[in-house]
Amino acid sequence: MSRNQKLATWLVLGLPIAALSLWAIADNARLYFTTLLNSLTLASLYFLVASGFTLVFGLMRNVNLAHGSLYLFGAYVGWMVGEQTGSWVLAVVAGFLSAAVVGLLLQVVIFRHMQGQDLRQTLVTIGIAIVLADLMLWIWGAEIYTFDPPAWIYGSTALPLVEKFPTYRIAVLVGAIAIGLGLWWFLARTRVGMMIRAGVDDRGMLAASGINVQLVFAVTFAIGAGMAGLAGVVGGSALSISPGEDTRYLLASLVVVIVGGMGSVGGAAIGALLIGLAEQFGLAYAPTYSVVFTFVIMVLALAFRPRGIMGRPA
Amino acid sequence: MSAAQWRNAMNSGAASARPAPLATPVAEPLAHGELPSWLQRLGRHIGVRHVVVLLALLLYPAVANSFFTFQIGAQSLALGLVALSLTFLGGYGGMVSLAQMTVAGLAGYLVAIFGSSSLAAISLGWPWWLAVAFAIVLATLFATAVGWLSVRTEGIYTIMITLAIGVAFFYLAQQNYTLFNGFQGFNKIFPPKVLGIDFRAATPFYYLTLACALAGYFFVKLLVRAPFGVALQGVRDNPRRMHSLGFNVTAHRVAAYAVAGLLAAVGGVLLVWYNNRISPGSMNTGAMINILVIAVLGGMNRPIGAFVGALVFVLLQNFAIDLVSRERFNLVIGGVFLAIVLFSPNGLVGIWTQLRARLGARKAIHTPRRQQ
Repeated sequence: MSRNQKLATWLVLGLPIAALSLWAIADNARLYFTTLLNSLTLASLYFLVASGFTLVFGLMRNVNLAHGSLYLFGAYVGWMVGEQTGSWVLAVVAGFLSAAVVGLLLQVVIFRHMQGQDLRQTLVTIGIAIVLADLMLWIWGAEIYTFDPPAWIYGSTALPLVEKFPTYRIAVLVGAIAIGLGLWWFLARTRVGMMIRAGVDDRGMLAASGINVQLVFAVTFAIGAGMAGLAGVVGGSALSISPGEDTRYLLASLVVVIVGGMGSVGGAAIGALLIGLAEQFGLAYAPTYSVVFTFVIMVLALAFRPRGIMGRPA
Repeated sequence: MSAAQWRNAMNSGAASARPAPLATPVAEPLAHGELPSWLQRLGRHIGVRHVVVLLALLLYPAVANSFFTFQIGAQSLALGLVALSLTFLGGYGGMVSLAQMTVAGLAGYLVAIFGSSSLAAISLGWPWWLAVAFAIVLATLFATAVGWLSVRTEGIYTIMITLAIGVAFFYLAQQNYTLFNGFQGFNKIFPPKVLGIDFRAATPFYYLTLACALAGYFFVKLLVRAPFGVALQGVRDNPRRMHSLGFNVTAHRVAAYAVAGLLAAVGGVLLVWYNNRISPGSMNTGAMINILVIAVLGGMNRPIGAFVGALVFVLLQNFAIDLVSRERFNLVIGGVFLAIVLFSPNGLVGIWTQLRARLGARKAIHTPRRQQ
């Protein structure tokens, strides 16, 4: 794409959005900024779920369609621990660990034996998702659980223009940024992160350099799955936990990752932001067609960049 | 991962497993009392088992009660037709689309919108044949558009984008009240009465689905041996080579989506007549994945797999409930699906061919060993 074309693209996309935003601010500034903050909260959640998903795909080329189930499982376990101990932090830890353990088991028991057979792995994860969804329905029933965020971030903060906004949601945003930066630091600056990045680019060469690839795979899978479980607890505190959330978050991460580019954590952040904005603004300003906006974004992204915004040729 | 690798992983050479017997047009002199050569050639392809199965299918309503005829028979055949579209697309085109139920659902919705339903405010009340024709044509166009969009992607990306398209359409149908009547959907969509035959009755409806299923089955059988089908399998196995041979890879893929869309649309019309209703729930994520489950359960490298899978699925759906409680149905179907995917990549039909090969049947089929 030449520079002029790029500029044209930005103008074509940006001008209508800017115009609509100005109109919306002039019309009802509070609604606009509340929606904006809601979008950012949702984007944070989507980022947490999708970053684990994209990490696992990036390294292992394994589309784990049971990722949403890990989200829900982490949320349920976190809820139980939170109820028992009364500690939200422990709930988060439990959510992360439980999902990480399940992910590790899946990797060791199943995926290790079908390396390179992507479609079979995908099908197997679909089967696992069906079974897990039903098992969780069996254990935890169809009730809707919510649990309270810790007292120190419970309540609302007064912000300019918005008046009142739940503190917890702001904390989620800050937390997601922190986790995103942590993940970036882990991938870019540590030895394990280096191995993971090398594995994304060339699995065979990583193995040939004498690194235990299976171990790297297991660690990545556990981290990716754990992220889903952690997001489950965070999301369960901001919104709620019920059967069906697994598909919702699976699809959200799919769309985020398609838009952002598979295997890229930065792409997951961009994708999550776009989808979060589209969903919440759609919901606020055009409720009937909110999902269609998400779809339009996906189509546009695929039309111009078939591998996603940050995607690179495999 | 290369595109060829995952395709191999999926269908261990549907084409290479069964080299299409080249018809040898050797004109043999007709001996006294012998059949004409074209009939002989036909006869060579039709074995005893084909005749037995066909007879069994035709006589089925005579021995089964109306529950078995309608609930099991007709439903399996209609679902099988939708699954067949996925088998064609996935097995022969190498593109696994999860949006086939969406195409079927759209056809069902269009029948309700153009034809008659309990909602006089939306339904246009056209004669059934016009409504069905429009529904099938529009749903096929929609499938072509889905294909045009998703052929930009490969392998797993295709699964994801079609899944996303399907879910987007599900939400659209659920939230739109002016056209799709939102969450409620449409009720009282009945099959027509033609020439005094009421297709609402179990047996005529069974024969209607059977006719459509057989037509779809033989259509796919013939198509995969026609130049288009052979080229499509070439595109599946090595798109780059096909491209350099001068084939338009994208056009072949989009055309495959169109053909699959046609099959799914017919299946969708049958399903909406079977259920007498359509709502977003008919094509939610669960329904979309069910089609994949059916196709994989039966085996994606042969058209018959779709119907075998559908029959097993419908039987499980109806009778697994007697073994476990109703809520645990998904556990059973998920477990069966998982077991099949883990142990027999070619589905139930694959188990059957393996058994035959082991028992040393004459026409034992050699499937290339997959790399472990």
